[in-house]
Amino acid sequence: MFDYAQAAVEGALAAGASYADARAMVVRQQGLSCLNENIEGLDYDESAGIGVRALIGSSWGFYATPDLTEKSARAAGAQAAAIALASGLAAGEPLRLLDVPVVTDHYETPFAEAPFDVALSEKADLLVAVTRTMSQVEGIGLAQASMRFWDTEKYFVSSQGHRISQHLVEAGGEMAATAIGESETQRRSYPQSFGQFETGGYEVIRRFDLAANAGRVAEEAVALLTAPECPSGTLDLILESSQLALQIHESVGHATELDRILGWEAAFAGTSWLELDKLGTLQFGSPLMNITADATLPGSLATFGYDDEGTPAQPVDIVKDGIWVGVLSGRDSAAIAGLPPGGMVRGDGYNRLPMVRMTNVGMLPGDSSLEEIISETSDGVYMATNRSWSIDDKRLNFQFGCEAGWEVKDGKLGRMVRNPTYTGISPQFWGSLDMVAGEEERVYWGIPNCGKGQPMQAGHTGHPAPPARFRDVRVGVKG
Amino acid sequence: MNVQEVADRVIELVGDRAEAQVAVDGTEHALTRFANSFIHQNVGERGLEVMLKVAVNDRVASATTSRSDDAGLAALVEEAIHAARLRPTDKDWPGLAEPAALVAPARFDEATATADPNLRAAEVEAFIKAGGGLLGAGYFDTQGGPTAFANSAGQRLITHHSRATLDGIHQTGTSAGSAHATGASVSAVDGAALGARAAATARDSAGTLDLEPGAYEVVLSPECVSTIMFFLAAYGWNAKAHQEGQSFAELGEQQFDPAVTIEDDYADDLAVGLPFDVDGTPKRRITMVGAGVSEALAHDRRTAKRVGTDSTGHAIPGGDSFGAFPTNLHFRPGTADPTDMIASVQRGLLVTTFNYCRILDPRTQVVTGLTRNGTFLIENGEIAGAVSNLRFTQSFVEGLSSGRVLGVGNDARMADSEAGPGMTSAPTVHLSEWNFTGGAQG
Repeated sequence: MFDYAQAAVEGALAAGASYADARAMVVRQQGLSCLNENIEGLDYDESAGIGVRALIGSSWGFYATPDLTEKSARAAGAQAAAIALASGLAAGEPLRLLDVPVVTDHYETPFAEAPFDVALSEKADLLVAVTRTMSQVEGIGLAQASMRFWDTEKYFVSSQGHRISQHLVEAGGEMAATAIGESETQRRSYPQSFGQFETGGYEVIRRFDLAANAGRVAEEAVALLTAPECPSGTLDLILESSQLALQIHESVGHATELDRILGWEAAFAGTSWLELDKLGTLQFGSPLMNITADATLPGSLATFGYDDEGTPAQPVDIVKDGIWVGVLSGRDSAAIAGLPPGGMVRGDGYNRLPMVRMTNVGMLPGDSSLEEIISETSDGVYMATNRSWSIDDKRLNFQFGCEAGWEVKDGKLGRMVRNPTYTGISPQFWGSLDMVAGEEERVYWGIPNCGKGQPMQAGHTGHPAPPARFRDVRVGVKG
Repeated sequence: MNVQEVADRVIELVGDRAEAQVAVDGTEHALTRFANSFIHQNVGERGLEVMLKVAVNDRVASATTSRSDDAGLAALVEEAIHAARLRPTDKDWPGLAEPAALVAPARFDEATATADPNLRAAEVEAFIKAGGGLLGAGYFDTQGGPTAFANSAGQRLITHHSRATLDGIHQTGTSAGSAHATGASVSAVDGAALGARAAATARDSAGTLDLEPGAYEVVLSPECVSTIMFFLAAYGWNAKAHQEGQSFAELGEQQFDPAVTIEDDYADDLAVGLPFDVDGTPKRRITMVGAGVSEALAHDRRTAKRVGTDSTGHAIPGGDSFGAFPTNLHFRPGTADPTDMIASVQRGLLVTTFNYCRILDPRTQVVTGLTRNGTFLIENGEIAGAVSNLRFTQSFVEGLSSGRVLGVGNDARMADSEAGPGMTSAPTVHLSEWNFTGGAQG
C-alpha cells in the first residue's frame, strides 16, 4: 500500500505540485440495528482506495480513486495537481506548510477483542435481548438497539518523506426506548443518544452492560410521558456528562477550529465568534473552565498516532483557567496564524480531503462531584442525555434539548420533568460555570458523526466530560 | 466492466444461493470550494460503490464495496451471504422488486458529468467578481455518471444522471447574503447572477438591529420553505415513522392551509437525481398534501408490505432502519408575487435562510433553528432594515396550518435546504405567525 501512496505523490510532483501527500486506505465497517426484537439492518462495508492532495499556490487539489494500482495512483496524483492548478483563476496568497518531524512509524489502537472476530450471532442475540427487555415495559412502542465497528488501515506518504501506517479500531453502540403518547413521544437512551463510541474492540460493547440498563431506560421513557413540563425561567443548570460533552463539542470545539476562524468554512458550517488577536487574553469562561484537545487519551474515540498530515498526536490546551489559549489546527492554517500545528487534520475515508477536525476536546476534571453539586443547588434543573441541538454559524447562540430532566430543590433531586431545554450565549454560559465534578465521574464520550466540509464528511470526535453546574441559565424554552 | 456488467456479475456470483439485489453507482464527483474570495479546496473523485443486499430464507444482510474486480465482487458476495446465514430471520423482509419500467427518464447532461475544474473555476471567479470587493465563499460542484441496478427477480435498470450546484455567500464585515442554483445541467448555474444576488442581500443586511423575540408575521424564502419540507418529509411523510406512531401525519385530515400542496415528483421539470430507488422500484409521484389535506406517505417495499400497499419508490441506502424518504419534493407554487407579499405586511420579517434546524419532537414537529444570511424587518409594506439573526422554536405543521398561510408565491425554483441541494423546489411563502424565541444575544 505504501507503494501506491508513493506513486500518487510522485504523480502529483511530476505534474507541478510543490508538495503532495497521499493516503492509501482500507476501511471495514460492520453495523447491526434492531427494532423490537427484529434485526432490521445488518451491513458490512469495505472501501479501499487512494486519495492524494497536491498543493499549488493557494489551493489544495485533491483526487481519489478506488483503483489500487500503481498506474491509477500515479494518474490520481497528476489529476490532483491539475485540479489545484485550475484554482489559479481565483487565487489567494500562497499556502505555507509548517514542518513536522519526518518519520517512518506504525501506530496501532490497543484492543482486547477484535470486533469483526466476534460472532454475528452473539451480537444479534444481545441486541434482540435488550430490545425484548425494553419492549416488555408497558407503554414502550419502539425498542431500538444498535452497534457499529470500524477497522481502518491507513498508509500515509508525503513528498517530504513521511511513511506512516496506522491500524485504528473503533467500536460503539446504543439502545433507546421510545414511549408513544397521545400527542408526543418520549425517548430514553443509553449510554447516550445516537450512541457511545470509543477506540477499542468488542470489549467496549461488553463494558456498556446494556442488559443491566434496559429496564431502567424503558421505565424512564414511559414515566416521561406523564411527567410535568420542564419549568420555564432562569435557573441553575446541572448537566450530566454526555450533555456537557455535546455542549463542549458545539460551543467550544467548533468555535476553536482554526479553519472556521480563518473563514474557510464561512459559507457552510460557518465562522467563529473568536478572533485570533484575542488568543491568550479572551475570557472564554469561568476560571473553572479548562479544555484540552488531546489525541493521546487511551480509549477515547479521536485517539490516534498521527493525523492525516503526518503530525504526531498531542495534547493542546484550548481554554486554561477560563482564558482562550489554543485552537484546533493543521500545518497550513497554523502557519497563517503563527501557531504550532496541532495535529488535528483528518479525512473521512480515502476519498475525502483531510481538514481540521476535533480530536478529544474535553473538560479537565474539577474537585466536586455530582452528589455535591446537587446538594449545593437550591433551585435548579438537572438535565441528562441530548435530544436536540442547534447553534448559530458563529457558535454563539445555542439551544439544547435533553431527554430527561429532574428538578433540584433545596439540595435534593426532585421530580422528573419532560422536554427539558436550555439556551444561552457561549461566553456568558461558560462564564457561569461554577462547579465541576472530578476525574472519577469524567467519561470519554465519543461522537462518530460530526458533519463538516463539502463534500460532507463525518468526523469521529472525543469529548471527555464530567458533570458540571452553570448558574442562572434560561431553561424551558417553549415553542 | 461497466456498472451494468458489474451488477450482472454480482447477481451471477450469488446464483441460486439467495435472493439478491445490487445497485452500482459509478458517479464522478467534483467540487470546487472557495472562501475569502479565492479557491482553497478543489476536489475530484472517481466513484464506485457496489451495494448488495441478499436474503437467505428471509435472513437479510447488506454489504458494500468500492472494489469492482472479480475477486472484490466475490468477496462482497461471500461476506453478505455468510452474514445473512448467521443472523435471525427478518420477519419484515418484503422480497425483491418485480421488473417494472421507469416512470420518467433520468436527467443527464454529458457536459455536466465531465465538467473540468477550469469550468468550475470560471463560474466561481464570476461569482466572486460580482461581489465587487465583498468576501465570497461557497462551492460549485458537478457530478454525473451511470447507476445500474439488478436483482435476481429480473429487474434490471441503468440510467445516467447529472447535477450541478453553485451555492455561495458574500460577506460584508457584519453581514452576509446567499444565493443558490442547482439543476441537471451546468447551464442552470450563472455565477455572475448568483454573486450579484448574494452581494445585494449582504449589503442590504449590513448594519443590523437587534429585534425583540416574539411572534412575527413572516415572508419565508424558497430556502426556508425547503427546509420545512425536509423536516415534514423525514419525520412525517416517512411511512416507517408513521407506522411507528412517530409521525404528525393524519391521512385524510385537513392539517395544512388549503393553499398548501406538496408532492414528490421525479417527472417534474425541475427534478434531478435518480428515477428509481435503491430497491430498484421506479419512483412514483405522490401527493403528500393536496390543498391542505394529508393524503399519502413515502413507502419502501418494507413499509408497503406492512400495510398491504405498493412501494412508491422511495427506499434509500440504509433505509431499513430509517424508512423511506422522498427526494424530489415540490411545494407547488401559487399566484402571489413575492413583492406584493412584502407590500402587504404591516410589521413582520423577511427571512432568506434557516440554519441549523433540529427537531424537538417529531409528533408535534416543533423545530428550533436560526435565521442566517439576511433577515429583514418589514414595516408598512416596505423593508425597514436588517435585523440580527433570530432563533425560532416553532411547530412546522402549525406554522402552515389552516388560516395561517397568507400567500404562496409564483416563484418556485430549486432551493437548498438543511438536507442539501437537489431535493426540493419551493416558492416564497407568507405566513401569519412564526415564533421567534431568542435574539442574537440570547
